[in-house]
Amino acid sequence: MALGKMPTSRRLLIVELPMLLILAFALGPYIWMFITSVTDESRLFTEGPSIIGATIDNYTRLFRTVGFGDNLLDSFIVASGTVVVGLSLSVTAAYSFSRFSFKGKRVLMLQFLLINMFPLVLLILPLFVLMRVLGLLDTHLALIIANSTIAIPFSVWMMISYMNGIPRSLDEAAMTDGCTRMGALRRVVLPLCVPGIIATGIYIFITSWNEYLYALTLGGRNVRPITVAVQTLIGEYEIQWGLLTAGGIVGAMPATVLFLLVQKRLISGLTQGAVKG
Amino acid sequence: MQTHNGPESADDAGRQSRRRLSKRILPYAMLSPAVLVTLTIVFLPMLQTAWMSLHEYVLFRPKEFKFIGFDNFVAALQDEVFWISLKHTIIWIGVTIPGQMLLGLVTALLLNQEFRWRALARALIIIPWALPSVVIALMWVWIYDSNYGVLNDFMLRLGLVEQAVPWLADPDLALGAIILTLTWQGFPFFAVMILAGLQSIPKSYYEAASLDGASAWRQFWHITLPGISGVLVTAVLLRTIWVANSFDVIFVMTGGGPGYSTYTLPLYAFIKARTNLDFGYGSALAVLFTFLLMGLVLIYLRRTGKAVQ
Repeated sequence: MALGKMPTSRRLLIVELPMLLILAFALGPYIWMFITSVTDESRLFTEGPSIIGATIDNYTRLFRTVGFGDNLLDSFIVASGTVVVGLSLSVTAAYSFSRFSFKGKRVLMLQFLLINMFPLVLLILPLFVLMRVLGLLDTHLALIIANSTIAIPFSVWMMISYMNGIPRSLDEAAMTDGCTRMGALRRVVLPLCVPGIIATGIYIFITSWNEYLYALTLGGRNVRPITVAVQTLIGEYEIQWGLLTAGGIVGAMPATVLFLLVQKRLISGLTQGAVKG
Repeated sequence: MQTHNGPESADDAGRQSRRRLSKRILPYAMLSPAVLVTLTIVFLPMLQTAWMSLHEYVLFRPKEFKFIGFDNFVAALQDEVFWISLKHTIIWIGVTIPGQMLLGLVTALLLNQEFRWRALARALIIIPWALPSVVIALMWVWIYDSNYGVLNDFMLRLGLVEQAVPWLADPDLALGAIILTLTWQGFPFFAVMILAGLQSIPKSYYEAASLDGASAWRQFWHITLPGISGVLVTAVLLRTIWVANSFDVIFVMTGGGPGYSTYTLPLYAFIKARTNLDFGYGSALAVLFTFLLMGLVLIYLRRTGKAVQ
């Protein structure tokens, strides 16, 4: 609605105040978790969470006694591995979809979309059986493979939308100058796609970092990503909410920071397909 | 001349046809790695689920992989817990999705206005969506805590309740509490999608309508809503499919309890396989659920398929 030029008082009342309330609802739980995590455990149940007299006690305890460092490393390995697999397989596929028209294109494109629509529970059972047979249970590789089931189709679609934004005439110019198709892809299209590739990679990283059910089912003992570690904390330290919330803050940190860094580009990539549809 | 030219043009033709052939193969060659990998790690395992669902297969008795036809499916349809889970799945989607959509719509309309901290608000609003589901479950369990939770504290102080409410331990309230959590998690997605839709509506439409003296409400009804209807349908379909599929937040928050009061279908399938190690029955439940969801998926694919053309 074209309410662009409203008097300040009116704007305060019908735009900024409601926005503030919604923002408080959206961020409240997170802020509450943070405040709890910096409250001294002994004071938590007598005076309640408070930012006065903040302490990092819970965080040092988290790393000293619970060994959160290893879990962070596991998550990092799995998430990075998934980024590499997802991106390397999807770049050429996306180029093919973006530049050529060929028989079966629509079906092939839709099959990538279809994958993300299937219930995860349909995949998690056979993947468990498969990894057990291959002896891959509780390895980083198993989790990378499992996360790739989500990452590959997603990054194919994201990369298509980025590549469609690069004019075809650039490829053609490169090819008249003697480049092959692959040469044009490598020398012309890829460099222009770098921002899109980074955004896609970061999104894959975030989703793999946040992933919980595969990590629980296919990992768990030796390989225990941060999400599983946080969930185990809930069981073991049931009433030590200071420690628990500190674990939550640490577990959510990479996703939050990365997301805020790239949110603009990411959102435009994510919504483009939907808006056009 | 002709004899001289013959082999050369044949050679040329050969090279050309080879080039044409490679041109025809190239798209498929570039696709094949991604397609082959997804076939191996997605579609084959799915077929295996279908195969397992036709067998009696309990993981700690691996020798007894016995073909039993559709017995698992028949058992599921006679299973009371299946119907309870189905009912919860429907209630859960039926309340969560409209909740997310309405809140998302209001947020998007607000974010589409001009105010000084708009960019900041737009960046921050997305945070719930970016958080790991385990962390979301953790912080909401803490908020709902019956002894020290902030929600009880808040409501006691306002005098809305007389004594602390055990939100997640009360069978009548647990599903509602989880629905609130998921509404909170998912509304930013709607907000962002709808905002993109709003921004694609030309400003001139509103200017013309204002000149004609159309009220804000009429502008919303006749310009805004039709303008975002496409995005809205896509977002609802996508979210419904995702929300229906996801069960990680419930799994961490209540594990389906108390009793069966927060069981949903995918959660039931997962628990059957994980806790009872009954992979045959779990697979059958997963397959049944997939069939139930298939209608929505097909509608979504048809819409997107048209857009791809």
